[in-house]
Amino acid sequence: MVKKLKDKLQGNNFLLMITIVLFIALYIVGIAVFGEKNFGKPQVFFNLFINNAGLIVTAVGMTMVLITGGIDISIGSVIGFTCMLLAWMMEKKGMSATASIIIVLLIGTLFGLVQGILVAYFKIQPFIVTLAGMFFARGLTAMVSTEMISITNESFLKMANAKIYLPILGTMNKKGHLVYPYIYPSVIIAIVVLVIIFIVLKFTAFGRAVYAVGGNEQSALLMGLNVKRTKLKVYVLNGFLAALGGFVFCLNSCGGFVEQARGFEMDAIASAVIGGTLLTGGVGNVIGSLFGVLIKGTIESIITFQGTLSSWWTKIAIAALLCFFIIFQSIFAKLKAKKAA
Amino acid sequence: MGKKFLGALLSMAMVSMLMVGCGGGQPAATNTNAPEGDTAAAEETTSAGGDGDLITVGFSQVGAESDWRVANTQSMKESLSEANGFELIFADAQQKQENQIKAVRDFISQEVDVIVIAPVTETGWETVLGEAKDAEIPVIVVDRQLDVSDDSLYTCWVGSDFYQEGINAVDWLTKYMDGLGRGEEDLNVAVLQGTIGSSAEIGRTKGVRDELEKHSNYKIVAEQTGEFTQAKGQEVMESFLKSGEDIDILIAQNDNMAFGAIDALKAVGKDPGEDVVIVSFDAVKAAFDSMIAGDMNVSVECNPLHGPRVAELAKKIMNGEEVEKIQYVEEGVYPADTAAETLPSRAY
Repeated sequence: MVKKLKDKLQGNNFLLMITIVLFIALYIVGIAVFGEKNFGKPQVFFNLFINNAGLIVTAVGMTMVLITGGIDISIGSVIGFTCMLLAWMMEKKGMSATASIIIVLLIGTLFGLVQGILVAYFKIQPFIVTLAGMFFARGLTAMVSTEMISITNESFLKMANAKIYLPILGTMNKKGHLVYPYIYPSVIIAIVVLVIIFIVLKFTAFGRAVYAVGGNEQSALLMGLNVKRTKLKVYVLNGFLAALGGFVFCLNSCGGFVEQARGFEMDAIASAVIGGTLLTGGVGNVIGSLFGVLIKGTIESIITFQGTLSSWWTKIAIAALLCFFIIFQSIFAKLKAKKAA
Repeated sequence: MGKKFLGALLSMAMVSMLMVGCGGGQPAATNTNAPEGDTAAAEETTSAGGDGDLITVGFSQVGAESDWRVANTQSMKESLSEANGFELIFADAQQKQENQIKAVRDFISQEVDVIVIAPVTETGWETVLGEAKDAEIPVIVVDRQLDVSDDSLYTCWVGSDFYQEGINAVDWLTKYMDGLGRGEEDLNVAVLQGTIGSSAEIGRTKGVRDELEKHSNYKIVAEQTGEFTQAKGQEVMESFLKSGEDIDILIAQNDNMAFGAIDALKAVGKDPGEDVVIVSFDAVKAAFDSMIAGDMNVSVECNPLHGPRVAELAKKIMNGEEVEKIQYVEEGVYPADTAAETLPSRAY
């Protein structure tokens, strides 16, 4: 049993390594081809984090759910709902930014709790539970307002627009000014979430239980782990992270509308899979998911820098990558099974 | 050992595949930069940037959701061509605001000379436009207007004057009714509005109302949204007809709703264009077909051909000239009697 767990962790690292190598390779290709268009500028790298801060937060939550062998497709709708509710509370109800943020985080957690109870204690398929959640949250969004609401709340905008300049890696722009790369508070939130969940998964009893439940639920039960409670906790945490991701997303979009973040959950799932997470559970790593997000961002940037390619190529490239990773993972699993036998 | 080797092999294959992928894109880019196919010249033009001959423009388009949009993209691509002194970087946002924000950030990183945005949404632009401003890159907004607290975040806006379109429509209508000898009759008007809150709906509704108020014999008896879609336009027209009001004139705020309404009228045995005068907006190609068939009486243009104006503005801005903040494009009124002659010259 112990050996099996160890094997899993090793496999985990190997898949992660492939993802990181791929990211670096892609980035080098970008610099090689579009270096003269400033692809090599540090800001391009930091933009990956700025643009995808919300996706990083949600992909981290999604990874956790996938490791337990579950799935959550309600995330995009929860983000849309979060943005809309934030905008509505601040703009239409005159509530303070802090209060609004706390409320949406609570609602997200509650949402996760309900879904978690249905999955863990009622043993309903996570896909169906979260499919209902997806429709429900999207419907609620339209109930709040079918019209677009723009956020003008000052303290919220201050948070959204607070550029944090990094005192390193300054470059000359073409007007001859020295500019330093910058990030936004949203990036810091994303990194903090990533680090916390990484530590939780790697170094706590709860984290090990998550992997054990996903690896083999029966063995986990026999080991005396509380499978149901572990699953519930994961969905609650994921609900919280979806709302937090929504808040971070909203810092970038500063408004709410019904169609917002549609399909976002699929981006999160794709990032996790590219990052080496197995949909069958038991294997995965949030660092991998971070690189999955960065790979997606890099592909998008390369296509924009190219300038004449249709941006729909992003989808095709992501599809190719997903395909590659799934095939790769299945070969990998077969090899491992052979080795074990 | 075996699996490590396999892994290395696969990742190498992957990387080389990607290289081929990107490499495949590169010659295309070089070609657009240098029609002669001379690589040295191509390098010169790409590195020339702002101080060279070509003005680099990054254009973030909403998507390709309608004929209007496609014509808009086409016009921009034609006007911002290399022959006209531009290098165009085009990004399709696929109707997603977050994609658009990403694209604009990439434009800023590339230090393009001018950023052109056809915004997906009116909101959420403060952050990224602040970045553009800090980078001293002028921004031209086309089509939809922006809802930002600080006007200095963009240089100017190019688009349609929806209010004027509304006025033009009623102006044509009253003259047409005079021509039929019905100018003094009491006339009932039904209005199919677009998506409530959209700039087109707000402008056209107000323009139509303001101009109709000048004629006391015209009365708006029904007004409801058809959300700019054909299906909804038909549905709402059916409910107008069921309400029992006698409708003489229908003003549909876009062609698609007008098509739906025409179907609804035909279904109850009325003759659209005769029994009910149909006034529409946008003037897409299908509207001309409908006018030639005698179903629609007039369509007021919503001109998507923003390219020439944007090109002119970009040049002015690069020369340091001041430009007007609001730039309306020219728009025509296309009645049924000239539809057949006009149709071949329409671009969308």
